[in-house]
Amino acid sequence: MSEAASALGNASFEGFATIREIGPMGMIALRAKHDLPQLSAALTAVLGLGLPERRRILTRGEVRVGWMSPDELLIVLPYGDVAATVAALTQALAGVHMLVADVSDARCIFRIEGEKAAQVLMKLCPVDFAMLAPDELRRTRTAQVPAAFWAEQGGYTLVAFRSVAAYVMGLLTHSAQPGSELFPG
Amino acid sequence: MSTRLARGGRLIDRATAHEFTFNGKRMAGFAGDTLASALLANDQMLVGRSFKYHRPRGIVASGAEEPNALVNLGQGARLEPNQRTTTTELFPGLAAASQNHWPSLEFDVGVVNNAVARFLPAGFYYKTFLQPRAAWKHLFEPVIRASAGLGRAPTEADPDRYEQAYAHCDLLVVGGGIAGLQAALTAAGTGARVIVLEQTAHWGGRAPVDDVLIDEKPADHWVAATVAALSAMPNVTLRLRCMAAGVYDHGYVLAEERVADHTPGDGRPKKRLWRIRAAKVITATGAIERPLPFAGNDIPGVMLASAVRDYIVNWAVSPGDRVVIVTNNDDAYRTAIAVHRAGLTVPAVLDARTEADGDLVQEVRSLGIAVHLNRGIAKVKGGRRVSGVAVCAQAGEGAVLDEIACDAVAMSGGWSPVVHLWSHCGGKLIWDEAQAAFRPDPQRPPITHDGQAMVAAVGSANGLLQADEVLADAIRAAGGSGPAPKVHAPAEAAMVPVWMMPQGASAELRAKMWLDYQNDVKVADVQLAAREGYESVEHTKRYTTLGMATDQGKLSNINGLAVLAGSLNAPIPQVGTTTFRPPYTPVTLGALAGEARGEIFQPLRRTPMHDWHQAHGVYWEPVGLWRRPYCYTRPGESHADAVKREVVNARSHLGLLDASTLGKIVVKGPDAGRFLDMMYTNVMSSLPVGRCRYGLMCNENGFLMDDGVVARISDDTWLCHTTSGGADRIHAHMEDWLQCEWWDWQVYTANLTEQYAQIAVVGPSARKLLEKLGGMDVSKEALPFMHWAEGTLAGIPARAFRISFSGELSYEIAVPAGQGLAFWEACIAAGKEFGLMPYGTEALHVLRAEKGFIMIGDETDGTVIPQDLNLGWAVSKKKADFIGKRGQERTFLASPDRWKLVGLETLDGSVLPDGAIAPAPGMNANGQRNTQGRVTSTYYSPTLKKGIAMGLVHRGPDRMGEVLEFPKIWGGVVKARIVDPVFYDKAGEKQDV
Amino acid sequence: MLILECPYCGVKAEETELSPGHEAHLKRFGPGSSDEQFESYMFARKNPKGVHFERWRHTYGCGKWFLAARCTATLEVFGTYPAQTSEPPADIVAKIKARRPNWEGVK
Ligand SMILES: [Zn+2]
Repeated sequence: MSEAASALGNASFEGFATIREIGPMGMIALRAKHDLPQLSAALTAVLGLGLPERRRILTRGEVRVGWMSPDELLIVLPYGDVAATVAALTQALAGVHMLVADVSDARCIFRIEGEKAAQVLMKLCPVDFAMLAPDELRRTRTAQVPAAFWAEQGGYTLVAFRSVAAYVMGLLTHSAQPGSELFPG
Repeated sequence: MSTRLARGGRLIDRATAHEFTFNGKRMAGFAGDTLASALLANDQMLVGRSFKYHRPRGIVASGAEEPNALVNLGQGARLEPNQRTTTTELFPGLAAASQNHWPSLEFDVGVVNNAVARFLPAGFYYKTFLQPRAAWKHLFEPVIRASAGLGRAPTEADPDRYEQAYAHCDLLVVGGGIAGLQAALTAAGTGARVIVLEQTAHWGGRAPVDDVLIDEKPADHWVAATVAALSAMPNVTLRLRCMAAGVYDHGYVLAEERVADHTPGDGRPKKRLWRIRAAKVITATGAIERPLPFAGNDIPGVMLASAVRDYIVNWAVSPGDRVVIVTNNDDAYRTAIAVHRAGLTVPAVLDARTEADGDLVQEVRSLGIAVHLNRGIAKVKGGRRVSGVAVCAQAGEGAVLDEIACDAVAMSGGWSPVVHLWSHCGGKLIWDEAQAAFRPDPQRPPITHDGQAMVAAVGSANGLLQADEVLADAIRAAGGSGPAPKVHAPAEAAMVPVWMMPQGASAELRAKMWLDYQNDVKVADVQLAAREGYESVEHTKRYTTLGMATDQGKLSNINGLAVLAGSLNAPIPQVGTTTFRPPYTPVTLGALAGEARGEIFQPLRRTPMHDWHQAHGVYWEPVGLWRRPYCYTRPGESHADAVKREVVNARSHLGLLDASTLGKIVVKGPDAGRFLDMMYTNVMSSLPVGRCRYGLMCNENGFLMDDGVVARISDDTWLCHTTSGGADRIHAHMEDWLQCEWWDWQVYTANLTEQYAQIAVVGPSARKLLEKLGGMDVSKEALPFMHWAEGTLAGIPARAFRISFSGELSYEIAVPAGQGLAFWEACIAAGKEFGLMPYGTEALHVLRAEKGFIMIGDETDGTVIPQDLNLGWAVSKKKADFIGKRGQERTFLASPDRWKLVGLETLDGSVLPDGAIAPAPGMNANGQRNTQGRVTSTYYSPTLKKGIAMGLVHRGPDRMGEVLEFPKIWGGVVKARIVDPVFYDKAGEKQDV
Repeated sequence: MLILECPYCGVKAEETELSPGHEAHLKRFGPGSSDEQFESYMFARKNPKGVHFERWRHTYGCGKWFLAARCTATLEVFGTYPAQTSEPPADIVAKIKARRPNWEGVK
């Protein structure tokens, strides 16, 4: 069996922030009404994480659960754990109306790191960074494509669709060029 | 002559000299100079020619309002036309060239227009256009076109980088003069997030030049202390060289930052477009001085009075040794004082008023400078440079009373608040009689999302021209209540409006009084327009071109308006202003494009096998934002040859197609079947698990919008394939109905298009290849036609669909995208022995056309229903409802009298032109030939070795065997016979083996 | 450029994050409806200068459709609310009446 490959083979760029394509990363889309009584219990049982509040992302080790919409969650986890987790969630939520889908290969994922990482995204996303909560999962636009990001130790993690990985890498590279800091000094 | 003074210059650093060139001539300036101040320091007063008459043009102003001093800046790929010298910072090696002249600035052929000026009156272009048509086309237009346009466009690609950035704040302050700084300080003290933008490279605005004292000290001290205080506040962002270009809905402001305009090639972005969201905007944009309309007021050396003192005080540049001041207000006396202090001569102050005794006037008199009341300029003397003025009584008709030799004239017609940003989003103006200017009407501000005022104007931008009123106004507008710093400003007497000098000027003089310097619009032109019946200021603007040049009338609008009002005997506020539109000053296109150029001009969608295609002779075809292989060429092969080879090989051996771009949407839930029965024209709820069904999707109008194969995955789960590029649209369409119409139905969708690489294995050897890869049973028995199965192939988890878009034995294999390339390469390697070749979209099209399969976007165009394409079998008659059912019941769609799908076979075997139309006898109501059909798909079929086509023909299926004539674009006709659209394997035996 | 708050995720989204969806609260007429009903459903739009109820999708965010009450002349936004409703909520109607006393009401 061949190894799964990330879209850009973990390309990276050193500018005033560091840009790294990471992955492959496991990702699961879980669609279900958040007030479904079984949902919180299933998340706790399978992932050891509860139900995130609106626009928040919960973290436990390498596993995250993020709020995507009133009836959608994004689970981020090691790539190799996806199949077992999909099966476990399917079982834990048997009999209720929900949809679990492996979307690991449909996405690309980037790290933007360094003290000035936010300035890279401020050039691309119409988002008020000062108003973001520390554990906020923000879905927005990165230049011309949809993306979601959250802050993590030392920077941001950004998820986009796989087919536009090279475009997103181009955007991040352009925006992190040395000397183009928005707030020099 | 203009020259550098030995002392002074608050903005220049005499220790740092910068060399630059103007029209190839080497010159020197200092760090801190603008290009305009450096040119004046080198006695280069003549900097360009006007647009229409090619009259000599000198520097008039010292800032963004400059209409004349525009240059081609830079060279080669960095050439930028129409750059304003007054806002261009000098840098070492700067190269500038003047514009709009031929062959040289000093000797310009176009100046002949000047001699025939009376034949180029207001509305010249419109009037000429009405004259004999031939004269326009063959005589006037070529001459006008050759001499039109100011700068030259660069011919090379711009090597610089540009970017955009988003910012958010509670308060955006536009303008870094004392009003803006005070407003920012007040608001920031409450904890508000504040951004302050200043278009120049310096804080402080006019106050330091105008001798304003704040807290008993020169304004520079207060400015420095305030900027330091603001810089230290974490909730404040200060940005110099940043011009707020426009104010838009809901507090959206665009601003252009000149990041590296003055340090070209240093690697930083040249410009940055800020996209700012402000809860509230304060415009502290100051005011712009107005010229006075007198004869010869366009001769180089005639400048705004404020500009003259700016050049002296800021850059230690003397515009001339003898400067005559002409004014209708006290403020211009500051210029007399500045000129005198610089050791230069003011031969006279000509004051149009009959009384003048303010503090400044008295100070000027005490310096021994002659002040003449009720005096004006009858005429400026000189050609390329002022040599003197003829003095007259302002109250008279222009009889010359005296002549004064001088080499510069400093004029002041009063001040106009900069109301542009206030007005962009609907802020209204009121006429201020005392200042003879429009200022913001605080009762009618532009409003934002909550119905509250979005913009407040403060200081001079609010019509407060006396410094002592400005700071209190700023504190008030920023929501503060404390006392303002104490400002000392001399008491000024009232100005008196002067819209023509002298007031009874003759027609000859009026024809030499410039209103718009760049576009050559004079008092006489506006008066002519009024006589010809132009009463609306918007019409007059377009007729005379007043205010339509690159400066957008910053100097000319109010004067022109007043002249129009005077001609119409109407009060100025009744005539009104023209509309202020963004940008305030021109914004570079590069900044508007931002990062979107080159490789990242737009998102280019790549499949997991993209790089493989690239390395194997691909010729790309854009499909939406995707790139798909059109064909793979071999050395020496044309695209057409490659397509033929790929088609023949797929039919005879084995082809491989990257079909990853097909949309893949999972639909799941107790109501999923019911939902899909609404989405598709045919029945999907009855599809057994493990089976596939071709489905059609229509919009509510009944027209075909998408098609694809649906697979039943489990009892409550379906997988819907959409067309390439259709996935997002169809997914959004499904969600729209689920969220907005049937929100109580239990259905979830997920767009899994990019989760899978999808690879079509096509041809007689398709099964052999999969069997060789191994892992699952793909036999006819285990996996019959229109079934699917899950398993592994070549060790990779896979879903195999037995579907065919080619008419051959065919499997579409979906594997996780991250293993798509590995699977593709495994197929290529294992397929060698079967003669496998990859094929592209064009071969796909030929294969499907040979089989008579329709393609959304070719056979459909948004006006075609399934029945038109003989797909009525896929439209359920039993279902009570589906999207499009009611639409299709409309009489004109239900009628048999429609254009329907047929095959077309040329009699001579040639390929029909794409889109060709078959005429029918007679003409329609518009006098056009009637038509009876058109070609929708046309190809050369390598299988049948002749041209084949599909088309929509009026009652086509009833007319089998009939021959239609299709005219060719370059003459002649192609004859084609109406035939069955299925050209190949009508029985469908080859795909079901 | 508008800002509308998505009632689902609470993001104050700018217009570039949204897709417009035209008039809200249309009643669907399917098979069995008269030509007049179908024409009105498909094509007749109020297009008022003033208070307008309209559909927006938070395309670059949570992907949900929501509805907005907005003045088309001044761009004042009276409120946004979920799409799963067949008429404007009472609090938004009250707010519009307060801001626009002459408003003719929901028709
Ligand atoms: Zn949302």
